Amino acid sequence: MSRIQSVFATLKQQGKTALIPYITAGDPHPKHTVNLLHTLVKHGADMIELGVPFSDPMADGPVIQRASERALAHKVGLTAVLAMVKEFRQTNQTTPIILMGYANPIEAIGAMAFADRAKAADVDGVITVDYPPEECGEFVKELRARDIDPVFLLSPTTEPERVDLIVKQASGFVYYVSLKGVTGAANLDIIEVTKRVASIRGQTSLPVGVGFGIRDAATAKATAAIADAVVVGSRMVQVIEASTDENLLSNVAKLMDELKTAVDAA
Amino acid sequence: MQLYDMPDARGHFGQFGGTFVAETLVEALEDLRIMYEKYRHDPEFLAEYAYDLKHFVGRPSPIYHAKRLSDKIGGAQIYLKREDLNHTGAHKINNTIGQALLAKRMGKPRVIAETGAGQHGVATATIAARLGLECVVYMGSEDVKRQAPNVFRMKLLGATVVPVESGSKTLKDALNEAMRDWVTNVHNTFYIIGTVAGPHPYPMMVRDFQAVIGIEAKEQMMEMVGRQPDAIVACVGGGSNAMGIFYPYIDVPNVRLIGVEAGGLGMETGQHAAPLTANSPVGVLHGNRTYLMQDADGNIIETHSISAGLDYPGVGPEHAWLKDIKRAEYVAITDDEAMAAFHNLCRTEGIIPALESSHALAHAEKMAKTMHKDQIILVNLSGRGDKDINTVAKLANITL
Repeated sequence: MSRIQSVFATLKQQGKTALIPYITAGDPHPKHTVNLLHTLVKHGADMIELGVPFSDPMADGPVIQRASERALAHKVGLTAVLAMVKEFRQTNQTTPIILMGYANPIEAIGAMAFADRAKAADVDGVITVDYPPEECGEFVKELRARDIDPVFLLSPTTEPERVDLIVKQASGFVYYVSLKGVTGAANLDIIEVTKRVASIRGQTSLPVGVGFGIRDAATAKATAAIADAVVVGSRMVQVIEASTDENLLSNVAKLMDELKTAVDAA
Repeated sequence: MQLYDMPDARGHFGQFGGTFVAETLVEALEDLRIMYEKYRHDPEFLAEYAYDLKHFVGRPSPIYHAKRLSDKIGGAQIYLKREDLNHTGAHKINNTIGQALLAKRMGKPRVIAETGAGQHGVATATIAARLGLECVVYMGSEDVKRQAPNVFRMKLLGATVVPVESGSKTLKDALNEAMRDWVTNVHNTFYIIGTVAGPHPYPMMVRDFQAVIGIEAKEQMMEMVGRQPDAIVACVGGGSNAMGIFYPYIDVPNVRLIGVEAGGLGMETGQHAAPLTANSPVGVLHGNRTYLMQDADGNIIETHSISAGLDYPGVGPEHAWLKDIKRAEYVAITDDEAMAAFHNLCRTEGIIPALESSHALAHAEKMAKTMHKDQIILVNLSGRGDKDINTVAKLANITL
């Protein structure tokens, strides 16, 4: 059983929903990333999505674009991100780390070499925004051969037949993107999301995470009531962006405490 | 008979092309693919497209024998396919009409586009005005500054021009932003991509709409000289004008196809936009797999060219394929070489070419010198240079 699967199994026994914060590796500065990861865990992160900076983040809104630019200004690429995960693992062997990013940094080193290096760094899952299942069969095989979960996104425009195709490739969990558009956009329509999550559950036994549009305790709580995992990205990055070196960790801790309380109360 | 049969059903040209997009766009691309399949051979659709090409664009564009230029160089005869004479001044309009007619049939009241130099933006704004569609054009804020006349033209035509402040603030970032718009407004919006790049079916569809250039050329060459040219030369940024003229010739033996990339300050400087000539690594950007200028971490690097229309780090996937199967050759021409060819055509033939097309002219001049007087080079003169006069004046330290 992968680390992601066992976390979901444990939470299920406890009747709880996973809280998954997202941060971009290297944002606001590479020196903070490992400390941030530990802070997230200490304040309730069940798993962490760690963004791999990319020069052309086409599916991201301005908040996460800026995070990528801040990280790239310090030359944080995929190699540096894997080193950060390795460092984090020196003192944490339990919290799953899911890399989230775009195809080209993976293409640059090759699917097999990437899978080897991700395994060596003890990465648990990979979300590749612009690798739809039709285009990444080989990549998925390489990941699964190493017990790394390929996590796929489902969107409001994904038809049921396609959900079938995607869940066959996915493991760990599936990630329902709760609205059309880029990260950080608009508000979430909880009634619509509830309907879609129920329909996805009819097609797979994989846990269903929900993200996009969750920005406070209220939306986190509402989402936690229907999902197996709640992903908070742009809101987290906004707090990081607005912080100084001195209050960065405490600001992140404060947001995490609010979200954790809300998710646990659902 | 056409033997060449690319791409495959999912848009692959060998290892290149494909559909590398976020999940939200998969359905929209599938709809587009189905609609395009439905209409690409539909007589009514094709008749409407042909009507607009003739009466709105002014096609067929002539082929012109650049005799004085050929004599001056003293080698092969240089012929020009005059896409610069099209309405809006470049080949871009061939494609925007095709896609806009498709948008109309799909019931999408809003079209969006990305633009670098502004030619594709102007061509999109033009057809949007003609068909009564709302039009939003994304343009890097650096390009907005450099191409002020085209920005104003788009506004005159009723389009909204959105300056893009992210990344390098140029064409690739405009494309990113247009993709973001499309993800958000996919229900009512048609994305008119300007080149033979992007996810399937765009590279194929844009090629098909531009193929009118090569189809006409084939007939015109027979009428003019009774045979096909020995070589066809076209500039390549994304590569739409080159694909348009190459495609109908792929199965014609003994016609060399030569794509000319932007060599910028020189290949050795790294300051260029020539991924094919530089043997850049293969990667994924803007929905397709192709050769891409990138660093070791897979981040896209900034390109340089005097010509905004060639200033792109990737290249259409079909060009990547044609290079690999050795059906087409790719070379680079520097900023300086292109400038010299620009002035040469102005003075010897009375034609002001676009800086993009000047790259093709410069290479044709080099080739012509090594060829016989009875051989023929056909250059795709993809656009006129009126849009570039500010750039050229600035280089000569002239204030207009």
